[in-house]
Amino acid sequence: MEELNLKQEDEILFRPVERTGRAFYLTLTLLITLIFWAIYAYQFQYQEGLGVTGLARPIFWGVYITNFVFFIGISHAGTLISAILRLAKAEWRRSITRSAEVITVLVLFFGVGNILMDLGRPDRMLNIIKYSQFQSPLLWDVSSITIYLTASSIYLYLPLIPDIALLRDRNGKRRWFYRILALGWRGTERQHRLLEKGISFMAILVIPIAVSVHTVVSFVFAMTIQPMWHSAIFGPYFVAGAIFSGIAALIIAMNIIRKVYHLEEYLRPVHFNHLGVLLLVMTLLWFYFTFTEYLTTYYGGEPIHMRIFWMKFTGGFAPYFWGMFLFCFVIPLPILSFKKTRTPLGTLIASISVIIGMWLERYVIVVPTLTNPRLPNEMVIYFPTWIEWSMFAGCISFFILLYMIFTKLFPIVSIWEVREGREKSMAEVQERIKTYLPGIGVE
Amino acid sequence: MHRWGMVIDLDKCTACQACVVACLAENNIALIGPEESAKGRTIHWIELVPYIEGEYPHVKARLIPRPCMHCDHPPCTKVCPVYATYLNEEGIVTQINYRCIGCRYCTTACPYTVKYFNWYEPKWPEEMKGALNRDVSIRTKGVVEKCTFCHHRLLQAREKAKAEGRGLLPEDYVPACVQACPSGAMFFGDLNDPFSTVSKLSRERRAFRLMEDLGTEPKVYYLSEGV
Repeated sequence: MEELNLKQEDEILFRPVERTGRAFYLTLTLLITLIFWAIYAYQFQYQEGLGVTGLARPIFWGVYITNFVFFIGISHAGTLISAILRLAKAEWRRSITRSAEVITVLVLFFGVGNILMDLGRPDRMLNIIKYSQFQSPLLWDVSSITIYLTASSIYLYLPLIPDIALLRDRNGKRRWFYRILALGWRGTERQHRLLEKGISFMAILVIPIAVSVHTVVSFVFAMTIQPMWHSAIFGPYFVAGAIFSGIAALIIAMNIIRKVYHLEEYLRPVHFNHLGVLLLVMTLLWFYFTFTEYLTTYYGGEPIHMRIFWMKFTGGFAPYFWGMFLFCFVIPLPILSFKKTRTPLGTLIASISVIIGMWLERYVIVVPTLTNPRLPNEMVIYFPTWIEWSMFAGCISFFILLYMIFTKLFPIVSIWEVREGREKSMAEVQERIKTYLPGIGVE
Repeated sequence: MHRWGMVIDLDKCTACQACVVACLAENNIALIGPEESAKGRTIHWIELVPYIEGEYPHVKARLIPRPCMHCDHPPCTKVCPVYATYLNEEGIVTQINYRCIGCRYCTTACPYTVKYFNWYEPKWPEEMKGALNRDVSIRTKGVVEKCTFCHHRLLQAREKAKAEGRGLLPEDYVPACVQACPSGAMFFGDLNDPFSTVSKLSRERRAFRLMEDLGTEPKVYYLSEGV
């Protein structure tokens, strides 16, 4: 009887895979329209040249590079959150890990995509393999992102196998597809043991890779000798920012999934509360890094750096800089500080704010430095054109589209892990507590 | 082995920009028109940079002709992911146009901002089509270009010297800007030869290089004015 009850409870997790409503197709149409618009814009850029963007000398990099850093940053949601929570044996992770891991894998394509859009000669991009020059931080990026994509795909796939097997055994749609992907999973004791081993191995492996990825992304800037880029703090600063925006992206995704697929029972306020606390920690960490970075520059007072510093604080980039400060710190901090406001809605507002703020942060890192080269130059102010905005919109739409399709092919909440949690973790946690404290477990 | 370098005497320079024009003609540099120019997309392999030092009332303004510095430790070549720009054995920082992927990493890494990007397919007015220099390849859209010390002239000079059965003489190889300078403010030659003009001038008391503190070791020397 109880068994039956549980099965019915999890029924709702299969529903998105098996039934698709009208709202889905409407959203799909909208997204596809936006994607085609972006493809048109890119086609135009490809034909004409990068002159159709707002870029010029000396601002050779703009929105594309900003987006590259931004998207790669968001990809830190999955691995770090999910891997750290798995390793820490945090039981509340069970229903959120999958939605995090999917973000990682999918958003990476758009990080890489933005670099390719930024190339003057995308037709020659294979030169990177043919004539690799490993002194270039760009090649470090290529290597570490490739490894990251591979590792995080495996890390997404492994915990997916038992769920795919569940779908295969349900006699639903696309059985042949699930049969191939399930790799003959039967749920035996041995298979479970191997899977657990694989997952914990990947969870450990993926953390240093994730850290390396955003460190190396920061190296693209930090390795040059340009003022306000050439900074040793950039590695950790970028990693912290990446985790910051990653958690925010995850909270937004979870809010949408929860509403659209009616998963209020699985993604509860407690999850948002816990993630909200994590986001709060990252908000403070972000402030710490930003403060350190700018104080060092200001105190040193080297004219070449100060030109850029003042341009950010009071000059042409002040709206971007203070916007970043507002969205990254002033808005999320009070919301996340109080338990009362760390609700799904509260954390959603904070997260949207953080996402906007972190995009601005990337922009404020890339553009002002390039606007102020060391040698006197004509003052050129960069502003992105409709091409760049269209491509940005296209990337976001394409990402959402892929994410939606994923939820239609696979359960977005890990069913077997939820069940396992229900069946085993109570006893496991009790066992664990016994090992922590004296005086328990004598009876 | 040669180590090519340039000396520009600011005392003699009248800022007439003959070097700029000579370079445009010699190296088939695209004329992009006033609109694009206003966006900051003009290409000048050598450019006259207004260099203002100090603050009012003690301002010192200089007009400095700025070709590529051809650094001995170039920050641009290090970051190129495909070896499309590299320091050759004679000290010239070369560009391989047909290999460049247009990532513009070198343009952002260069502290002297001497690198230029082809935002569009390079264009010239119809009347100028016949006037292009056949010794210099025409760049395509989407690649980076910059001063090469008129490297094609070196190749030609070598060929000529070889045909005449002699070694390369100092007057055989001179870039277009140096050749065009009406006030004789620019010198070019082998820095490794202790008796060459550039080598002697580069060791003069007036000699300095741009942003020497960066450790890029430029091979373009300036002789400061009014000493």
